[in-house]
Amino acid sequence: MSAGPDLARRPLRRAEGRLPLRRGPISLVLRPRALIVAGILLAVICLLTVVALGSGTYRLAPAEVLEVLRGGGRPMDRTVVLQWRLPRAVAAVALGALLGISGGLFQTVTRNPLASPDILGLANGAFTGMLLTLVLVSSSWPLLSAGAVLGGAATALLIWALARTGGVQGFRLIVVGIGVSAMLASLNTWMLLQIELETAMFAAAWGAGTLNGLTAPPVIGAVLCAVPLLAVLAVLGPSLRQLDLGDDMAAASGVRPARVRSAALLIAVALVSLATAVIGPVSFIALAAPQIARRLARAPHLSPMLSGLTGAALLLLSDLVAEHLLPLLARTREAVAAALPALAAHLPAGPAPVPLPAGVVTVSVGGLYLVLTLIQEIRRRA
Amino acid sequence: MPDRLAPPASAASRLSAEGIALTYDRTEVISELSVHIPDGGFTVIIGPNACGKSTLLRGLSRLLAPARGQVVLDGRSISRYPAKEVARRLGLLPQSAIAPEGITVADLVARGRYPYQHLVRQWSPQDERAVARALEDTATTELAERQVDELSGGQRQRVWVAMVLAQQTDLLLLDEPTTYLDVAHQIELMELFSDLHAAGRTVVAVLHDLNQAARYATHVIAMREGRILAEGPPREVITSARVEAVFGLPNVVIADPVTGGPLVVPRGGRAPSTAPPDAVHGEVPAAPVPSAAGEGR
Repeated sequence: MSAGPDLARRPLRRAEGRLPLRRGPISLVLRPRALIVAGILLAVICLLTVVALGSGTYRLAPAEVLEVLRGGGRPMDRTVVLQWRLPRAVAAVALGALLGISGGLFQTVTRNPLASPDILGLANGAFTGMLLTLVLVSSSWPLLSAGAVLGGAATALLIWALARTGGVQGFRLIVVGIGVSAMLASLNTWMLLQIELETAMFAAAWGAGTLNGLTAPPVIGAVLCAVPLLAVLAVLGPSLRQLDLGDDMAAASGVRPARVRSAALLIAVALVSLATAVIGPVSFIALAAPQIARRLARAPHLSPMLSGLTGAALLLLSDLVAEHLLPLLARTREAVAAALPALAAHLPAGPAPVPLPAGVVTVSVGGLYLVLTLIQEIRRRA
Repeated sequence: MPDRLAPPASAASRLSAEGIALTYDRTEVISELSVHIPDGGFTVIIGPNACGKSTLLRGLSRLLAPARGQVVLDGRSISRYPAKEVARRLGLLPQSAIAPEGITVADLVARGRYPYQHLVRQWSPQDERAVARALEDTATTELAERQVDELSGGQRQRVWVAMVLAQQTDLLLLDEPTTYLDVAHQIELMELFSDLHAAGRTVVAVLHDLNQAARYATHVIAMREGRILAEGPPREVITSARVEAVFGLPNVVIADPVTGGPLVVPRGGRAPSTAPPDAVHGEVPAAPVPSAAGEGR
């Protein structure tokens, strides 16, 4: 089975679409397929952003939106796009990315596609922390965010303490996580019932996971906190890839698995808590984004970059649907009633045309996704 | 004390354990063990299940930190090296390696270059050469673009060996590398390890099959209950009495018709004829008298 050096080298260059870039002692690896998928995701995100910036009661054509973004446009257009809608779109992209990355990290470290911070109850825990802060301390954003991060971290510790003996890769972790999640959800509901109506209404809207009424400062705060964490993550990347081979193999090739895993989990907990602090517990982005990214890239390793981009696109889309679904229904109903007056009396009244929390959409879509995943899993095992 | 049947290992041994205690799942599997791995040898560790042979290998490769004592690699305690430095000196194939879903052979083998890579040195020409060489040495070059999931057990194991070879270490530790393979693939792999040894590497393997140990090893370490009962050349370690002492298996040891080395034949079973079991293989000199009887105790 001898192969000439040429034969031996040719397949290597193409392996996993590896494209080495070398200059002197520096060599970087590009993976074209991942880059193409990333490019497509970016394009989708840009498209959705333009749509989001143009939609609403004050509608703008994509060309008008682009004109504003280029620095032109009418003053009114500029106010609507830049001051009203842009923070929300940016928040959806940035926080969706944090959720996607966090979910990807959990799934990589636990080697379990179901182990995501929303399933494990970290989002609920962050909400508990936020509620406690709201009731006991203050309602200022920085403190609420800190409370949410502390809540998420405390929940992570609790789950770790309860599931410790099974290791983070066991089924036990998921079961404990689901239990803790349910417990915290009831605790949150109970707390909402105990506090004043006005506070409770504010908290409850947030608790469903929403981008309604979002302002820029908390988003900027969350992103600034996330940047150093993402830098650490970039350094950890190759060790995380190595962990895919199993702890022993990773250790044998020069990784310290326990250390890498703890660091990755810490980052993941912090990222999901930061996002939750701003938009509340939005479920299923963290669960679904990494798996969708993996399928798109058809790569053996869950890439944090692709998980993040997919999360961004998902949250942006969910928010778009949440914000405009009911108003769109109402408009459709009016249009039908206007065109066919005879039918108008028979049309159902329909809900009030108000924006929904994005969390409602992600839960519905995510629920479907979860059911499909479970069916697929069962088919595969049967 | 274990029988030291070989001349004491030279002081030049690159890898040794000095009075180590190894604990696994809160049970002390090995409480006081010293061993020198002969340089350039093909050392095979044998012993019954749960005798601590895999634990010893994990200890020698830094996967398990000793509770007492130390493992010395190239004159320095192995725990004092940076993790990647150990991986550049010593390669280990553990039992529990996982191939990520959908990974290609070339990519898996390329993961063996991890200890040589860092943020701005992700894929150097040396990496490429080392991987090509590792594929060639394990005869897996043709498989380079295949997915690991599609391979047979024997091919997959050779690919894992290639990944460890890509680490370019002279020391190779293998934890039960032939378990779960059919006999032809077992021999194929043993021949591969033998070639790697002949090419100058120091190989240490934990094996279940005594006869493979006898045939391929240059140095055998027999363990039982966390201790080394005997070590030395296979001819001297693998005797009928010692196999019975180590495994509790009644047996005869005959000359291997292929190599002339020891061949362990378990007693028991039913003879196909009415003749008494000992007489069946009358043409082979029965058990070169268990000369070392009782030596190990």
